[in-house]
Amino acid sequence: MISTERAIETEGATAAAAWDVARVRRDFPVLAQTVNGKPLVYLDNAASAQVPQVVIERGARYLREEHSNIHRGVHYLSQRATTAYEGAREKVRRFLNAREARECIFTRGTTEGINLVMHGYGRKFVQAGDEIVISALEHHANIVPWQMLCEEKGARLRVIPVNDAGELLLDEYEALLSERTRLVAVMHVSNALGTINPVKEIVARAHKQGVPVLVDGAQGAPHLTIDVQDLGCDFYTVSGHKMFAPTGSGVLYGRAEILERMNPFMGGGDMIRTVTFEKTTYAGLPNKFEAGTPAIASQIGLGAAIDYLNSLDRAAAHAYEQELLAYATERLAAVKGVRIVGTARRKAGALSFVVEDVHPHDVGTILDQEGIAIRAGHHCAQPVMQRFKVPATARASFAFYNTKEEVDRLVAAVEKVIEVFS
Amino acid sequence: MSELSDLYQQVILDHNKKPRNFGRLEGANRDAEGVNPLCGDQLHVYLAVEDDTIRDVRFEGTGCAISKASASMMTQAVKGRTRAEVEVLFDEFHRMVLGELDEARVPHQLGRLTIFAGVREFPARVKCASLAWHTLHAALHGEGAVTTENLGPDITTEQVSG
Repeated sequence: MISTERAIETEGATAAAAWDVARVRRDFPVLAQTVNGKPLVYLDNAASAQVPQVVIERGARYLREEHSNIHRGVHYLSQRATTAYEGAREKVRRFLNAREARECIFTRGTTEGINLVMHGYGRKFVQAGDEIVISALEHHANIVPWQMLCEEKGARLRVIPVNDAGELLLDEYEALLSERTRLVAVMHVSNALGTINPVKEIVARAHKQGVPVLVDGAQGAPHLTIDVQDLGCDFYTVSGHKMFAPTGSGVLYGRAEILERMNPFMGGGDMIRTVTFEKTTYAGLPNKFEAGTPAIASQIGLGAAIDYLNSLDRAAAHAYEQELLAYATERLAAVKGVRIVGTARRKAGALSFVVEDVHPHDVGTILDQEGIAIRAGHHCAQPVMQRFKVPATARASFAFYNTKEEVDRLVAAVEKVIEVFS
Repeated sequence: MSELSDLYQQVILDHNKKPRNFGRLEGANRDAEGVNPLCGDQLHVYLAVEDDTIRDVRFEGTGCAISKASASMMTQAVKGRTRAEVEVLFDEFHRMVLGELDEARVPHQLGRLTIFAGVREFPARVKCASLAWHTLHAALHGEGAVTTENLGPDITTEQVSG
């Protein structure tokens, strides 16, 4: 069976032509502004994507008409808020194709999701001498929690290496798996290089040895169709703000059997069944992992963002993004003095590059003067920078509302950088 | 684009391309490491201090044009100066890039360093210009490391010792 992502790629070529980018751009009010006297070109989507009007309006309507605390009141507003909040969870379930809504834990984002698994699963099941396997491409959010766990437990962190294109070496990965491995934690799509990792294959190989797998989906969910049952992963994390929802929204998907066995993460209200000073019993899923009042408006906004994505032709959106990325790669690579960092065969969203003898921050500042927003730095992935022997990169990252004209402006601005520094 | 050319003046581009006093200083008796954790800029400043005077100074590391040029010009400005003179320069430079010192009106000792005044129009870049100076300050005060984490145009914390 071919993977979901691959299916999208092959359908792509014809679908891209069907994409009406001008119409989609009108859905995002933030895009219609000038920066430093020039129309904004927003190419920092991997850091945070923009929010469409329907999502803004849904959050505002909640605050205007429905705001109340959830899961508590017998009164009208609390019931409406609860219905909207749990309605968002059901939308998330369908978006990820989870079996049950209770497998979708609302979090503030991927960082919280990974930390939840580290505390709830890692601290309960990992012991001295055990091993956690991550990859050389990981974001700090999928490195640091595991280092903290390893330090606490006397466990060991193992790292899947990458080739010079930025692709994981699967044979080396397989060799790292052993009876000591307690968890594999890898990203779906690299935020620094754009590599799409073969997570279905990674999961299959880990499961052969009975090892659960966490997939950091922060950059996967905005670009790929996600089917957690098809991927077979045990955990999948999502950051709402990277997929057109407000900050403070996010999801940790976990298989119910594994979530049931885990310890709670934070203690507090909403996550208990009964509390006495002698003993507390915990609530069932998902409440066990949702202590305290959550970001209700943001999570309802995430539900609205999913509705918005479902209203689009996602296959056409994917195909269009792929075409845009290929165009940007080709044009930038043709500029003398520019080198693309990360040349994996399968990529999504991000295009990292360096300009010869110019630091990425200087690139970023000059582009900003041209109204172009990119990210310059280590992208919270310092080990990736070390692996590719660069202190930092400039990164343009795309969404389905970006255009070829914007890519042309990016290229012209990079040429200007080279001129300033020549 | 006038602001941009204020930031990337020829002198700055020249010091970026050919940084002065670049490399490790043999016989240094003070040194400190400065990092900007947000962007990964990393500078090491070495000093040879004798009788309260900076006899020699060198730096090494990686960073953007602004941080490299600032470090390069700083080494030229402080060589041969006394500790007290350097403190005055540090304070004036810091206030200038934060927009708290009007170098065109108020008397100061900055000389050619006023070329970095333009950086205050680029709040995200102020730390780049001041990293070398904070690192020098840390070296003089025997603090091995400095980070710009809490330093910036909106926060006036003077020093974070590592």
